Amino acid sequence: MKILDADKLPDLAAVLAAAGYRVVAPVRDGAQVRMAEWKPGLAIDAGPIPANSVKEFLFPRCEVIARYSLDGDSFAPQPAPVDAPKTAVLAVRPCDAAAMVALDKVFNWEYRDDAWNARREATTLVALVCAAADDECFCTSVGGAPDARLGADAVLRCADGASKFILEALGEKGQALLAAAAGVLADGDARPDPPASVPVRFDSKAVTDWCGENFESPLWRDLGLACLGCGSCAYACPVCHCFDIQDEGTRSEAVRLRNWDTCGLALFTQHSGGHNPRPDQAARWRQRVMHKFRYFVERFGGLACTGCGRCARLCPARLAISQVCREIDEARKAAAK
Amino acid sequence: MTQVSIDIAAGARAPSPYVPRMARILAAEQMTETERFFRLQAEGEAMRYEPGQFVEVMVFGIGEAPISICSSPTQGEAFELSVRSVGVVTNRLKEFKAGDRVGIRGPFGNHFDYAAMKGQDVLFVAGGLGLAPTRSLIRYVMDKRKDFGKVTILFGAREPKWLLFRSEVEAWQKRGDVDVHVTVDRGDASWKGNVGVITRLFSKVAIDAPRTWAVIVGPPVMFKFAVLEALAEGIPEHRIICSLERHMKCGVGKCGHCQIRGIYVCREGPVFTYEQVKRLREGI
Repeated sequence: MKILDADKLPDLAAVLAAAGYRVVAPVRDGAQVRMAEWKPGLAIDAGPIPANSVKEFLFPRCEVIARYSLDGDSFAPQPAPVDAPKTAVLAVRPCDAAAMVALDKVFNWEYRDDAWNARREATTLVALVCAAADDECFCTSVGGAPDARLGADAVLRCADGASKFILEALGEKGQALLAAAAGVLADGDARPDPPASVPVRFDSKAVTDWCGENFESPLWRDLGLACLGCGSCAYACPVCHCFDIQDEGTRSEAVRLRNWDTCGLALFTQHSGGHNPRPDQAARWRQRVMHKFRYFVERFGGLACTGCGRCARLCPARLAISQVCREIDEARKAAAK
Repeated sequence: MTQVSIDIAAGARAPSPYVPRMARILAAEQMTETERFFRLQAEGEAMRYEPGQFVEVMVFGIGEAPISICSSPTQGEAFELSVRSVGVVTNRLKEFKAGDRVGIRGPFGNHFDYAAMKGQDVLFVAGGLGLAPTRSLIRYVMDKRKDFGKVTILFGAREPKWLLFRSEVEAWQKRGDVDVHVTVDRGDASWKGNVGVITRLFSKVAIDAPRTWAVIVGPPVMFKFAVLEALAEGIPEHRIICSLERHMKCGVGKCGHCQIRGIYVCREGPVFTYEQVKRLREGI
């Protein structure tokens, strides 16, 4: 059994950095803990659930996907090389690791997205078994668990009353990481601490079924009225993956950018001619819930929600998708009686 | 730090679908105040496409717009677009002329199933700019005329000045092997043709419903009423074909912009049957 003292996460980060990894870890940033690129001297705080998901290290908020230079009346498009550094993500939450498996499906159906796959291949996810959960956590309602291993290459688990971590490899990438970290790991025994208890808040199958029959539900109008349309929920979500393609140029050079985007924004489906197929926030909320709990299931056989709860923690209007799902589930049960 | 750098252009990897290639404008012509016609030739290997597909047209440093191809592959290696100037990219395209270059990605999407229509009657109903995608199939059918039964074209626009491909439509009317009817919502001093909404043209044509395919493309309100007419004629829902417009961005079923419910219009559309569309809600 490979053991690491609880206060030695920075040592683990340092040895991995020395071995050539870009290290991403939960780092305190003012009042928040954020997943960020670790640098020597930065403290790692694996306690709170990070405000951002791990998504941005595999699917950046903004990335250059092509470059152009103008030559006379012609311009030469050049694909931009993919920036895919060898990366170790320490203490990624099981909900985030599971989300990367959902994104694998999106980025590999039909066209296989080179940038996503290159980064995925170069990234080792070291999941942290959640020892604590908050009121917004609902992984157990969407098929996950605080100690789930889906998507993880290695697992960190608190042990001996949070005084130690047990580090276990789950595959080749995890074994390579453990080998690189051998210098800071001790062999020994420790008793794993129990994982957090996350109550099941709703039946996701019931939500999927309900979505198939309730395109015209008044629920969408109610949600739409409360929603500010800011997009925070999608940007914080580890599974949301909609993007925009924008060109930015000078007179002689231009870049093509891929930027995060979201179906919650009013302009997302707006046509230049004025028509908007999703004309109000009610239609956008419907798309958000339906996509995660119905359409994604139909196409890929799994949910597009891993229960991290970030959308609810960040929402300025205090809208929570878990609460929406619970209401749907309860309404369904009441109707069945 | 070890850098795993992958050059998308190198090796056996497929070229990135996000990167356009160049196309040269062979001809450009202003068709109406807002619609401009382009004939283009992709540089390097010719672009292979099917009637009903679309391309992303890129103006250097400005961006892209999804545009239906309005020509048929039977016309040769060049392809044609009819672009309405409504946005940043399309307003810039208004200034483009023969000899200029644009970027092109695609073709994307499915296409009109002309093989299924072989030997059968085809009824085209096109409103306004809806003639652009429809024309790709009309030209195909014209070029393989003997493969199809009776061909009827109903075309409408708001006013005579908004009629697209006017001389071409007149040429179709003179062919004799195609039944063509044109109408405008409001006439002008020189207009001697039909006045009224396009659905009124249905009374002028004889439709043999069991052997007819209806291809209906136009603004949402026109589509709704034209479909009702087609259904009233007895044309079954799975033989009523339309082409939907969405703000497609990536073209490869990832970015989400063109989604109707769970459908990616850029991959599974833009051509749908009415049977499919009526279940999509939000579709029209």
